[in-house]
Amino acid sequence: MELAERLLSGDKRAAARLITLVENKDPKAFEILKKIYHKSGNAYVIGITGPPGAGKSTLTDKLVKALRKKDKKIGIIAVDPTSPFTGGSILGDRVRMTDLALDRSVFIRSMGARGHLGGLSESTQAAVKILDLYGCDYIFIETVGVGQSEVDIVKTCDTTVMVMVPGLGDDIQAIKAGIMEIGDVFAVNKADRDGAKRTAREINMMLDFNKADWRPPVELVIAVDNKGVAELLEHIEKHRVYIEDTGEKEKRRIQNCKTEIVDLVQQRLMNIMLDKSNKEELINELSSKVASRKADPYSACELVFENLKVDL
Amino acid sequence: MDRPIRVLVAKPGLDGHDRGAKVIARALRDAGMEVIYTGLRQTPEQIVSAAVQEDVDVVAMSILSGAHNTLLPKVVDLLKAEGVDDMLVVGGGVIPDEDIPFLKEKGVAEVFTPGTPTQVTIDYIKENIMK
Repeated sequence: MELAERLLSGDKRAAARLITLVENKDPKAFEILKKIYHKSGNAYVIGITGPPGAGKSTLTDKLVKALRKKDKKIGIIAVDPTSPFTGGSILGDRVRMTDLALDRSVFIRSMGARGHLGGLSESTQAAVKILDLYGCDYIFIETVGVGQSEVDIVKTCDTTVMVMVPGLGDDIQAIKAGIMEIGDVFAVNKADRDGAKRTAREINMMLDFNKADWRPPVELVIAVDNKGVAELLEHIEKHRVYIEDTGEKEKRRIQNCKTEIVDLVQQRLMNIMLDKSNKEELINELSSKVASRKADPYSACELVFENLKVDL
Repeated sequence: MDRPIRVLVAKPGLDGHDRGAKVIARALRDAGMEVIYTGLRQTPEQIVSAAVQEDVDVVAMSILSGAHNTLLPKVVDLLKAEGVDDMLVVGGGVIPDEDIPFLKEKGVAEVFTPGTPTQVTIDYIKENIMK
């Protein structure tokens, strides 16, 4: 059977292989996705983001277990960073989800960010579609541990859960632009630690300034003890109802598709530019000159542009 | 080849020491591989399920408990039962030399015993992946 049919019939190995092909930018994968894309869009996509060590994987594990009680089929995409030096990575999110490995209705895939900076990998959106077509009701995307500005997740999912922990900074951190703006639901994890209530209060104060109709709730959670998880799931479901009833979901999905198209075009242009046969040598040569002040980066940029052999 | 090799590093069975597994995971990372680390006390079923979902090139298992003759062949058999025929299965840890022929006969491609330089393992994987 063709890979496409196998995927649509819920074949686990077909889903796994197709994600590999997409990650390796195999043109075959995109030909397949072109044919069956119209069947996707059924899964509800939840993003889990937050700083490293906040408990994203553990919380995902618990949320998924709660949803499994409702007999939902779940996909999890867990992204971890890739070394900028070797291209290697340690993908360790499964360690927190070992019980889920034996659940046939849960599919977990670990992805290296492979040089992508926004908290996801370039192939994450395609992987979401594959798990959607595989038949998942819910797809969780766990980002790499984020700092202040990795906001790609919000352009990829329906509900974004921001996982915070006590002790990372004061209320000035809470009002900064960037990741603190993208949460639809906030979890203050490790709530048994000192300062959890204060962290929640600071986030709440920040959120009180929001003018949007949806006021993100802030929930105290102890993921390892499964405390606050049911409440968090309720908030997620409420947000889902909100965006579905107000038409916000459609708006978001259109916006997300726009981002995706622009990203794909950008990637393609980047690939042309960095193609070894194209200008890599010139760029390397110019880099030395710019470093030794024999040239400036702005003129170098113009020179690369002029010499670009673009074969569109 | 410009795609990273994907390796599942797993600890089957009941021993609680994953220092060796972490050392090898780190060495493979530094060799440019994507290492999916699954943690301690994995059953063969969990390992195979993860290997299938992650579509890895290599399943690398570290075992110190002495149960290698049972657990490693079990993983090979379960992979076969899933229809997987293109994953390299390797083992490492405290495994007596006299057990190695048996493990190879059962489908474990190679066994790396204590003292093996990590580069040997890296080279073996690069030369032998089947995909």
